[in-house]
Amino acid sequence: MMTLKVNGQENHIDADPDTPLLYVLRDDLKLNAAKFGCGLGQCGSCTVIVDGKAVLSCVTPLVLLEGKQVTTLEGLGTVSAPAPIQRAFMEEQAAQCGYCIAGMMMRAQALLLRNPKPTDAQIRAELQPNLCRCGTHMRILRAVHRAARLMDTADASANERSGQ
Amino acid sequence: MNAPVILDRRRVLQGGGALIVSFSLSRAFAQEGAPAAAKRPGSLATASYLDAWLRIDADGRITAFTGKAELGQGFKTAFQQIAAEQLDVAFQAIHVVTADTQLTANEGYTSGSHSMQDSGTAILNAAAQVRELLIAEAARRLGLAVEGLKTDSGAVVAPDGRRITYGELVAADMLHVQAQPQSKLKDPATFKVMGHPVPRVDIPAKVTGGEAYVQDMRLPDMVHARVVRPPSYGAQLVECDSSAVEKLPGVVKVVRDGNFLAVVADKEFQAVKAMNALAAAAKWKESPSLPRQDDLLNVITSLPSQDSTNRSDPSVSGQKTVEATYTRSYQSHGSIGPSCAVAHFVGDAMTVWTHTQGVYPDRQAIAEMLRMPPASVRLIHVEGSGCYGHNGADDVAADAALIARALPGRPVRVQWMREQEHAWEPFGPAMVTKLRASLDADGRIADWNFAVWSNTHSMRPGNAGTLLAAQHMAQGFAVPPPKPLPLPEGGGDRNAIPLYNFANAHVVHHFIPAMPLRISAMRALGAYHNVFSIESFMDELAGLAGADAVEFRLRHLEDARGRDVIEKAAQEFGWTRDQKPQAGRGYGFAFARYKNLAAYCAIASEVEVNRETGRARLLRAVAAVDSGQVVNPDGLTNQIEGAIMQSMSWTLYESVSFDDTRITSIDWQTYPILRFDAVPDRIDVHIINRPGQPFLGSGETGQGPAAASIANAIAHATGKRLRNLPLTRKRIKDAIDA
Amino acid sequence: MAGMARSPRIIAGIVAVALAAGAAAAFAIVWQPAIAAIEPPPPASFDPAVVKRGRELAALGNCSSCHTVRGGQDFAGGVPVPTPFGVVFSSNITPDPETGIGRWSEEAFGRAMSSGVNREGQHLYPTFPYDHFTNVTDEDDRALYAFLMTRPPVDAVARPNELVFPLDQRPIIAGWKLLFLRRETFQPDPAKSAEWNRGAYLVDGLAHCGACHTPRNALGAERVSAQFAGGEADNWHAYALNDRAHAPVPWNTESLYAYLRNGWHPDHGTARGPMAEVVSNLSTVPDTDVRAIAIYMTDVSGAAKPERDRSAVLAQAESAPAQGDPTGAAIYVAACASCHESGRPLPYGGVNLALSTAVTSPDPRNLANLILAGVPAVAGERSPIMPGFADSMTDAQVTSLLNYLRTRFSKEQPWTDVEKTVADARRTQTALLQTSIGPRNVPADPSQRDQP
Ligand code: FES
Ligand code: FES
Repeated sequence: MMTLKVNGQENHIDADPDTPLLYVLRDDLKLNAAKFGCGLGQCGSCTVIVDGKAVLSCVTPLVLLEGKQVTTLEGLGTVSAPAPIQRAFMEEQAAQCGYCIAGMMMRAQALLLRNPKPTDAQIRAELQPNLCRCGTHMRILRAVHRAARLMDTADASANERSGQ
Repeated sequence: MNAPVILDRRRVLQGGGALIVSFSLSRAFAQEGAPAAAKRPGSLATASYLDAWLRIDADGRITAFTGKAELGQGFKTAFQQIAAEQLDVAFQAIHVVTADTQLTANEGYTSGSHSMQDSGTAILNAAAQVRELLIAEAARRLGLAVEGLKTDSGAVVAPDGRRITYGELVAADMLHVQAQPQSKLKDPATFKVMGHPVPRVDIPAKVTGGEAYVQDMRLPDMVHARVVRPPSYGAQLVECDSSAVEKLPGVVKVVRDGNFLAVVADKEFQAVKAMNALAAAAKWKESPSLPRQDDLLNVITSLPSQDSTNRSDPSVSGQKTVEATYTRSYQSHGSIGPSCAVAHFVGDAMTVWTHTQGVYPDRQAIAEMLRMPPASVRLIHVEGSGCYGHNGADDVAADAALIARALPGRPVRVQWMREQEHAWEPFGPAMVTKLRASLDADGRIADWNFAVWSNTHSMRPGNAGTLLAAQHMAQGFAVPPPKPLPLPEGGGDRNAIPLYNFANAHVVHHFIPAMPLRISAMRALGAYHNVFSIESFMDELAGLAGADAVEFRLRHLEDARGRDVIEKAAQEFGWTRDQKPQAGRGYGFAFARYKNLAAYCAIASEVEVNRETGRARLLRAVAAVDSGQVVNPDGLTNQIEGAIMQSMSWTLYESVSFDDTRITSIDWQTYPILRFDAVPDRIDVHIINRPGQPFLGSGETGQGPAAASIANAIAHATGKRLRNLPLTRKRIKDAIDA
Repeated sequence: MAGMARSPRIIAGIVAVALAAGAAAAFAIVWQPAIAAIEPPPPASFDPAVVKRGRELAALGNCSSCHTVRGGQDFAGGVPVPTPFGVVFSSNITPDPETGIGRWSEEAFGRAMSSGVNREGQHLYPTFPYDHFTNVTDEDDRALYAFLMTRPPVDAVARPNELVFPLDQRPIIAGWKLLFLRRETFQPDPAKSAEWNRGAYLVDGLAHCGACHTPRNALGAERVSAQFAGGEADNWHAYALNDRAHAPVPWNTESLYAYLRNGWHPDHGTARGPMAEVVSNLSTVPDTDVRAIAIYMTDVSGAAKPERDRSAVLAQAESAPAQGDPTGAAIYVAACASCHESGRPLPYGGVNLALSTAVTSPDPRNLANLILAGVPAVAGERSPIMPGFADSMTDAQVTSLLNYLRTRFSKEQPWTDVEKTVADARRTQTALLQTSIGPRNVPADPSQRDQP
């Protein structure tokens, strides 16, 4: 039994320490966003954020997560109150089947946390581990750029409100 | 079997053979193919009752039904737009239900870019006719003439302002009437919803972690299963002591039926671990049965084939003659999410949630496999990862059903592993085309010869024998004999007949029944390679004629809409005669009308080739598309962008690999596809809208033109013509160095 | 021209020389005349056959690895070589007249190769391994020149080196040369076969294997007495190639040939780190040259350890009970075993770690590098992929994993100071990954499972 912090909530997980995080998220916590794509660290569809960094949950055993903060797409926002990155993907209609999209968004989100104004080349380099089979790449790139702008204005207005 | 059967045109036109057309004479016939005057439009022809398509509840809620499956192409949204428009209600007022053998019409497969043509057209007309019925009913109740009544926001409105809502108007089986062949469609000029970009209804859940896929289903008391597939085609399970596996934590059951082997556990990762243990315990007898991968040209052309052919005026011939042979490797659908299904066997009824492309045919096959009456089997479509044709969806549905039957009462979820998806999905078939043509003194193509060798491109279910689980069972089912798909749609010969006007053209389809690798339908079927070949060869001929690629195509094309997309793409790209790209770059152009009867598409591209490494990158592509009346322009653009990107990946990188026994491309290391560093700088899609014209399927129209456009640009950049798909870095490099 | 031997110790050596020998003693060889600039020769003036040979020689010399930066134009330079004293940037060797070597005559190019002096007469830092290239024949220099002068010119100004005083003073290099640059050219050994001699010529000359695989002395020069005893490159340990080699299955000519030709071998796994770039280049050179290198190398490596074959090593590993660090064990199961124990054939399955020299090597650096950085996919090519774990594991967790792997898969003593190695690896690998070109030709494409 171990405690796992996901999207700000503490969960008691009854699973072997060598269970990959992906299965804990999907099976124990009934979260949908992180997807099984390969289980081998080759496709990125299982990407989540751990302590601010993009991590492949299919090759990340539970034992590595003691005391760490896991964030999944569910933790960013909801349909009615979407996070900037979610709004950006909706506004750009950046999905076809969408199976890869949650992983793309989490990796992009991690990039934006670290680098709020990434160049196009930086976004491409960052997304290199993630595969999309439908060919939604152009829209994904546009959506990440848009998310950066949205976060920027969100920050600006937050700063205005707080008088900074 | 190798002797070509020469079909003369007259016999073909009478419908005597598998091949229907000879293009120069009968293109019009091939196109909209509207033989019988009273035929109902779209899928209303086969499911003619209006209430098969639309239901209006007393509280005014409206449901539209489609027998097609949403695969990420976004048509669910387009159907909602169509129904809303023709019923004169807000977009949000409609709810769309997709393929379900208990709820929706049997529309066969969701394939061949047919959804808009079949289902979209049916909903369009059904909605228009329902609206007429509602107006008529309102007229009756109000004692007014039909002419003065209007519809607005879900109600019929009288000239004096009185309103009766649809919910009030609709009575028990008012919609249970057969559709008329003709509908009173709204004037496109008045459209409020159709033709406007509408955000797709499925995207919000997909970007917030909602339950969006069959992979996300969690039914109460559900268990997880994994299959242990044989290591190679035809391998026999000789020994498997599963006793240790049965004792592993969480394991509920090991299911074995002949060569079918699976394990069920409470939790998913327990099932994965148990699968690994079971795989280690299983001993298989394998036999080498696969041909040489590096010699596909000879392998394919030397297999026995059934030939059909058609020819036009053989007396015409030209002066300068060229020949070329093009090949295509086996290619994978390669869905990002491995196939998945949930099955539940209760009493004597089986329910399967599946991302199959055809709930009815798959039900037929699963019922046969289970030796159950089809009526006791229900298949419900739930979205999966994009499939691009016949991937593992039907097989995993069968796996789930077979396992669920062994575990009555408990819902069973099965997902394939990456290796299983890659090794066992039915591939897009390898193909060979041989072309020969001559130019006359004016630089026009005088005679044209085209021969294509390929398998069938559809081994879709309908028969149990198409399903892996059914093949592997002890009382197994034999794979049904492959059949060619008839023209005008065609299979291996899809788009084999060029849309261009040639004085003399001769097209042969060598249909090869034998299939060394498991194959079936992959996006665009034979059209991908046939268009690649034709449009590459057109460039070779243009070069011989000293003509510009765009001008040369226009020189041979009468079809006005075809000419329009070519001109549009060229103009938006900035294509000019004698244009000079930067060093190391090249421009390419290609065009096709999908199946010669669906959407038109022309693509111009710019490619950069690194001469040191041979690596080619598509820098930008400009597409022009005419798919008739446009319903959701952004959805269409998204589809075309995706088609170009996917086709680029197929064209530059992809081939299934195998040794003499096993498929060896079993993951993303061994089957590399496009990654972000090769993504183009831009893709522009220009839509030529044709309001009031029939919908023309467009989801697959880009595959062939994108491939040829890229190949032509590579030829332009390097001066070397590559004719074997994929156009890998190594092949380009070898060509440069040769 | 910064070269292959990206060792900070070279630079450190220069300092020592400057202090020891003093500027005055070095003066005699400091001054070198400029060689007159020429109009860039038109590419068509070179014989295509010579250019083709030059291309193969450039691949044997692994030139692109140092002269092409990730995502940059071929041979346009700019690859940073970080050192404790600053950074040396590789130069643009495309024929651009202003920023490249377009105005260099063949003579100037030959002088740079054999004496480490540029056209203007300035000394080049020995990160450019002219201590090996001095062995290259004039004919081969001519072919290399022809190849480079026919590349597309790239306008890319060399970034100035960021070195601290006095190392930014090039005359200091002259002192180093005085001590360590042997100016003899290669002499074939008549007692050996033609293949052996060809191998010797390549290994000691253009291929400059010793630049990484031979340890260096305090002054940054290769230790002649310890040839191929193991060195370093880009913070990777370049394994010993001599009789001290730690490979679980000893190398022989056949396996070495197959490894260099294909980039992997079933008994040894897949080339990684800087060696991946080397084998990527070797995949484009004539087969006979690769074989010659293998023949020479196995001969000079000394006697092999007692023969053990793969099955013996694997059997032994299987019988070894899983033991050691429980955290490491859990990580191994979830993060490693899904590939390394998948029973899939190499090169894609992940080598059985009992066969891995990275695990048996006395230096855990390479294993740490691999775990942190992984092996990224090579765009559009069949190529092994391994996810990196830098973002999901702390140094302590990587240390647990390393310790576990060492205990479970080797019979060697535990490593010491592992956590420091991991911390260093984390620091240095990130920089390298941004700049290194990475392998571009992927030779790893088996036609039959497990058969190169
Ligand atoms: S599922 Fe984790 S990388 Fe593919
Ligand atoms: S949208 Fe389908 S895989 Fe990316």
